[in-house]
Amino acid sequence: MTPSSAESVVLRMEGISKTFGATCALDGVRLDLRRGEVHALLGENGAGKSTLVKVLSGAVRPDSGRMTIEDIPYAPAGPADGKRRGISMIYQEPTLCPHLSVEENIMLGKEPRRRGLVRLAEMRRRVREVLDFMRHPEIGAEVPVRQLSIGARQIVEIARALVDEARILVMDEPTSSLSLEDSEELFRIIRRLKERGVGVIYISHFLEEVRRVADVFTVLRDGRNAGAGRMEETSLEAIIRMMVGREFRELFPRVPHTTGEPVLSLDRFKGRRMAAEVDLTLHKGEILGIAGLIGSGRTEMLRSVFGLDEAEGGGITIRQVRFEGGTPRERIGQGLGFLSEDRQGEGLALSRSIADNATLSRLGPFSRFGVLSTGRRREAVAGLMERVKVKGRRPDEPVAVLSGGNQQKIALARLLHQEADILLLDEPTRGIDVLSKAQIYEWIGRLAARGKAVLFVSSYLPELLGVCDTIAVFHRGRVVDSRPASAWNEAAILQAAAVGRTGADQIEAGP
Amino acid sequence: MSGKRKARLKILWNWLAPFLGLILVIALFSLMPEVRERFLRPANFKSVATQSVIVALGALGMTVIIISGGIDLSAASNIALSSVVVAYAVNAGAPPLAAVAAGIVCGGVIGFANGGLITGLRLVPFIVTLGMMGIARGVAKWLAGNQKIDAPLTWINELMAKSPRPGWLLLAPGVWLVILLAVLMAFVLRRTVFGRHVFAVGSNEATARLCGLRTRRAKILIYSLSGLFCGLAGVMEFSRLTVGDPTVAVGLELDIIAAVVIGGGSLAGGEGSILGTLIGVFIMSFLRNGCTMMGWPNYIQEIIIGAIIIAAVSLDQVRHRREA
Repeated sequence: MTPSSAESVVLRMEGISKTFGATCALDGVRLDLRRGEVHALLGENGAGKSTLVKVLSGAVRPDSGRMTIEDIPYAPAGPADGKRRGISMIYQEPTLCPHLSVEENIMLGKEPRRRGLVRLAEMRRRVREVLDFMRHPEIGAEVPVRQLSIGARQIVEIARALVDEARILVMDEPTSSLSLEDSEELFRIIRRLKERGVGVIYISHFLEEVRRVADVFTVLRDGRNAGAGRMEETSLEAIIRMMVGREFRELFPRVPHTTGEPVLSLDRFKGRRMAAEVDLTLHKGEILGIAGLIGSGRTEMLRSVFGLDEAEGGGITIRQVRFEGGTPRERIGQGLGFLSEDRQGEGLALSRSIADNATLSRLGPFSRFGVLSTGRRREAVAGLMERVKVKGRRPDEPVAVLSGGNQQKIALARLLHQEADILLLDEPTRGIDVLSKAQIYEWIGRLAARGKAVLFVSSYLPELLGVCDTIAVFHRGRVVDSRPASAWNEAAILQAAAVGRTGADQIEAGP
Repeated sequence: MSGKRKARLKILWNWLAPFLGLILVIALFSLMPEVRERFLRPANFKSVATQSVIVALGALGMTVIIISGGIDLSAASNIALSSVVVAYAVNAGAPPLAAVAAGIVCGGVIGFANGGLITGLRLVPFIVTLGMMGIARGVAKWLAGNQKIDAPLTWINELMAKSPRPGWLLLAPGVWLVILLAVLMAFVLRRTVFGRHVFAVGSNEATARLCGLRTRRAKILIYSLSGLFCGLAGVMEFSRLTVGDPTVAVGLELDIIAAVVIGGGSLAGGEGSILGTLIGVFIMSFLRNGCTMMGWPNYIQEIIIGAIIIAAVSLDQVRHRREA
């Protein structure tokens, strides 16, 4: 290696490993970042990208491995060390103080001062300088940040990193909340950062965008390096293959079932937080998988259908009756059941008992004149627990004592108890153990066999391919494509989700 | 041409808007023929200003706390305790200046304890200061032996005199003190690093920590500062009453909080201003004063002030929504 190229490596990460409990998040990962280079970090959800970035920022301490910044060892004890060594992070959602002005946000924590007083002129001069460098002199230094557009906020965020004299800038999905023009502007700024010699680590699921902005890439898969190279020398398809790689070996218990007439259909339906109108039809006895990147609008659609977000346009037809809006209470009455992706924050009341959680949506059977018969309820809940295979617990124990898998089963038991026959499941297997996963797959299959209809949102492609009859792919709020599961494979789904269209040549019939 | 005029009108409006509520209240009573003359007399304005001193001092500190996203329910108890401490000291023969210092320091200690408990035990300010409200009140009664402490008259009792000596002062020394401290606090909030950090903590504490701010230290400072203001308010309370009364100012913390909120402070943090708070204080004082002159019963005042709090905050929200 010539001295000059060794010099240009600003960051080297070698043999980085990290396990959380039983899961190995990172296993001997390597990454080199050079001055003035944009380095894309790619991989599926859960491949270890965010853990790696946290190791870099100092938020997570690795079990083993070495890092050097400009050939000087770097072993951060916390995020403050990372900042000191010139690492700045830009997150998906801007982390600014909404009430403070642009200049106050940019200079927060490093105000030029003299005897406790802010040196306003000096502060303004430095803020002007950095905004001019980014070619955004139109952003007013005194404007409160809450009055800025999201794109402008992102620019303020980057300005803050520049004032820090960042040498390494990590951008985690920086465009996911930006409009197209704002994204273009961001790319222009990234080019200027490169000229300044800043090394950028760029994480994004949008592969075409990555292709435009990045010079080199590293792919992670299941916590390991799965490939690396120069962007211009590698095809999108090759990168997708590196990302998927995994052999298809998980077991999905299949329960035979047949589909019938439509029970839920959306026509040009749009909710308050949905980015676009959606058309979708779910049939009796069907398991309809919804694939897409995180943030592609799948959760927002489920929430709008269930009435948690206001409907804004179009309609929902539930068993031949058309509705334009509705509340969660009405939806439950119409036979819908919703499982939240945020199990601990929204799905369950953790400090309340198993019995309370399983029956909260339908206490009618146990109450007379508003008085609850705890004995009858206890019996019913014990029966439910048996059905969802939660063993060795009493109905009056708090849900908080259960494992993640068992908690999820209690959340599902609630849908059983309310006798829902259209189930909206948002990431039902996220963060739970393999055995519980398999039990939930089987349970979903059996419900379909009994004529229930299931909308199954998941970011884990193998389970969608293994469990669903039909799979629809979301991209930026729209359904890109919907086909029988047998007509999809992982690469095709990933491409549709990341690029927003299906390359016809990529689709091969499954086995 | 018209654009220029519009812009000028807008500047005028922005400058006037905060005063609007106050102007409205004063205008309302000026239109009542039965009280107009008495109400508009300079002597009445002087007495309203003097009556506002204690709430205003408490509200200066409370503004800082509320901007930082906190709350202090112990403010009124702290005022009572400090006033008892002053009376106790004067009674024990301490020189007046030492007694005043003792009262202020006592307030500061209570504030420091609030800040220390909030950051040390990681409890929400509501709980800590709710507890401190009882503790400070209890200590005040204990120290005073559950009765009023009589104290000999000193110059302390002239701080709140309606006709101050020397006459060229025009307003009671306490009023001047409020004006002076208000200017100082407005400066601290706007121009010092500490002031910026107060806003940052209240606006988004996670971000503040991310930017390397010492948020715990800032909070302890904020509560201690507010405690000092309560101590000073306690001195004024003693000055007004000429005795140390441990049962004084019950419920006053709500008046103080109301003043900050009427003045544009947000209980969610990140917003508030000294000027707004003072206007809030005077809106309430003039309402009380006017209602009393009209001979309206107490309950009418309570209803009106309650309605004003809700109206002021909802107006503020409408303004914000338009901005966004």
